[in-house]
Amino acid sequence: MAKKVFSRPKCLKEAIFHYCPGCGHSIAHRLVAEVIDELGIRGTAIGIPPAGCAVLAYNYLDVDMIEAQHGRGPAMASGIKRMLPDGIVFSYQGDGDLAAIGIAESFHSANRGENITIIFINNAVYGMTGGQMAPTTILEQKTTTTPGGRNKTSEGYPVKVCELLSSLDGTTYIERCAVNSPAGVNKTKKAIKKAFQCQIDGLGFSLVEILSPCPTNWKMTPIDSCKWIDTTMSKVFPLGVFKDNTTAVKKSREAAS
Amino acid sequence: MNKVLMSGNNIIGEAAIRAGCRFYAGYPITPQNELTEYMAEHLRTVEGGVFLQSESEIAAIHMITGASATGARVMTSSSSPGISLKQEGISSMAACELPGIIVNIMRGGPGLGNIRPAQGDYFQATRGGGHGDYRTIVFGPATCQELADLTMDAFDLADKYRTPVMILADGMMGQMMEPVIFKKPKPRQYNEKFMLRGAGHGKSKIIRGLILDPIDMEEHNWKLARKYQVIIDHETLHEEYKTEDAKLVIVAYGTSARIAKGAIKRLRDKGMKVGLFRPITLWPFPELKLRKLAEKINNFLVFEMSTGQMLEDVRLALQGYADIGFHGRPGGVVPTPAELANVVARHYEKKD
Ligand SMILES: Cc1ncc(C[n+]2csc(CCOP(=O)(O)OP(=O)(O)O)c2C)c(N)n1
Ligand code: SF4
Repeated sequence: MAKKVFSRPKCLKEAIFHYCPGCGHSIAHRLVAEVIDELGIRGTAIGIPPAGCAVLAYNYLDVDMIEAQHGRGPAMASGIKRMLPDGIVFSYQGDGDLAAIGIAESFHSANRGENITIIFINNAVYGMTGGQMAPTTILEQKTTTTPGGRNKTSEGYPVKVCELLSSLDGTTYIERCAVNSPAGVNKTKKAIKKAFQCQIDGLGFSLVEILSPCPTNWKMTPIDSCKWIDTTMSKVFPLGVFKDNTTAVKKSREAAS
Repeated sequence: MNKVLMSGNNIIGEAAIRAGCRFYAGYPITPQNELTEYMAEHLRTVEGGVFLQSESEIAAIHMITGASATGARVMTSSSSPGISLKQEGISSMAACELPGIIVNIMRGGPGLGNIRPAQGDYFQATRGGGHGDYRTIVFGPATCQELADLTMDAFDLADKYRTPVMILADGMMGQMMEPVIFKKPKPRQYNEKFMLRGAGHGKSKIIRGLILDPIDMEEHNWKLARKYQVIIDHETLHEEYKTEDAKLVIVAYGTSARIAKGAIKRLRDKGMKVGLFRPITLWPFPELKLRKLAEKINNFLVFEMSTGQMLEDVRLALQGYADIGFHGRPGGVVPTPAELANVVARHYEKKD
């Protein structure tokens, strides 16, 4: 009999994604679900969906979930984790959610070294509200609120979250990936797994940034969107591990005890 | 039990911890810093206690919301400008039916205002404050003993109705010292099914306020409204002071009510029969109790450290039933009982 090599992750509910065709959110959800299954943390995980296209993430992920107001996920995650240190707490956030309205909450939860995980979807626009400029919109990129393209003198520069947060002493593991190719998807899954493992081991704050296509608001086909991540977006947001202090933190813990 | 002498801010902190509060988040602002500092000092000495100095009042309210979702008893505190920032989270807690205590030690406003005691946040507190169709239970304590008792009761009510409860005091109440006795807290009653602690081997839970279907959202609104009606029917508290023979009744809460009692003593010494009606719950406002008083008394005077906010609730209760006068000192001014006595005397003579 043929071996089954692909099936629905156990903690991905039997629901049809509401995401547009070619959207990176669906892939990211699936990866989170696979990692939760593989690490066996479905019973202890608590997820926090954002205000954004992923607001309904609780319809898909079969773990305990509590909605956050726009940008407040990391504050809520901090409160949950402090009261439930054995829980595996993650917030799932878009770029508007994390880097604009919620920058204070994400910055300071990172700086406190909260032992939480953030899955950060960077699609360079505000998806849910119809394609306005995000903090991560790149220069010259056209959005509904930058119809002439993002202009550095009036709109400033794209915010580089991994670079910013990895400069904080409180953070332990920070990586930027992209889900625009099978290899990228595999890498992203590894990063998500590493981030959750970092939390399970009690090593502190972890964040995975995922460059994620939004064909609808980029006004491109899904295939062109994937190409654009390679040709343009990842030039502004280079992929890679920005910080991995997991071994160092482990060692210093062992030395202390 | 022994009496202890403590300041208002510290009393709230001590009462909260005794009531089982195990998570506090807050951001410094005068005149309530002593409460934040009390929680920092004392929560770390109780098992499972967590204090977090947040990056903002917004973060604080969402931190306590998260902690509350896990089933912990939680509190945050601030003063007027910071309470404005918390409104997003208070609305969210009401929507998600999560219990939690918010303390507002009011100061002068609007804007940055000043750091003197004031009562200008009555509308914000009693009308919901944030967006959407919801209410917050609001206590207006007037003595240190009440600060202790009502803080403890606030936790019970928040659990009972799964809703945020606000303690609305002012800078004067926060700073003043009086001897208090801390009562024994009641055993907590809060069902585990409302707690988010990981699904284990069971069904996963969702806590949310986002309800996209308007018919479902409407039902949620009515469900909350029915809960608020039960609160209105069962939870109003008020005090009547020397109203039995009164010809004029002052309506005042919190610090204003303390001043009113001082004024009443002076007026009674001069033979004027003046009493006090003091709402203790500001929402629900003890409307029917006040109207009942109008069956025998026709002359009321509302006194607030604002330009007249509770005045509107008094009008809703008494318009058409009695005459309503008003005296207000906004902006952080705390009038003396002598000043109030003069004002009341003029109203008293006008009618008598
Ligand atoms: C306080 C507040 N302001 C604005 C909004 C409207 N809003 C919802 S989602 C969103 C932006 C979403 O963009 P992003 O975070 O990048 O996520 P995406 O939809 O692209 O995944 C905005 C502005 C809101 N829900 N709350
Ligand atoms: S608008 Fe963009 S981010 Fe939102 S679901 Fe569609 S493709 Fe995904």
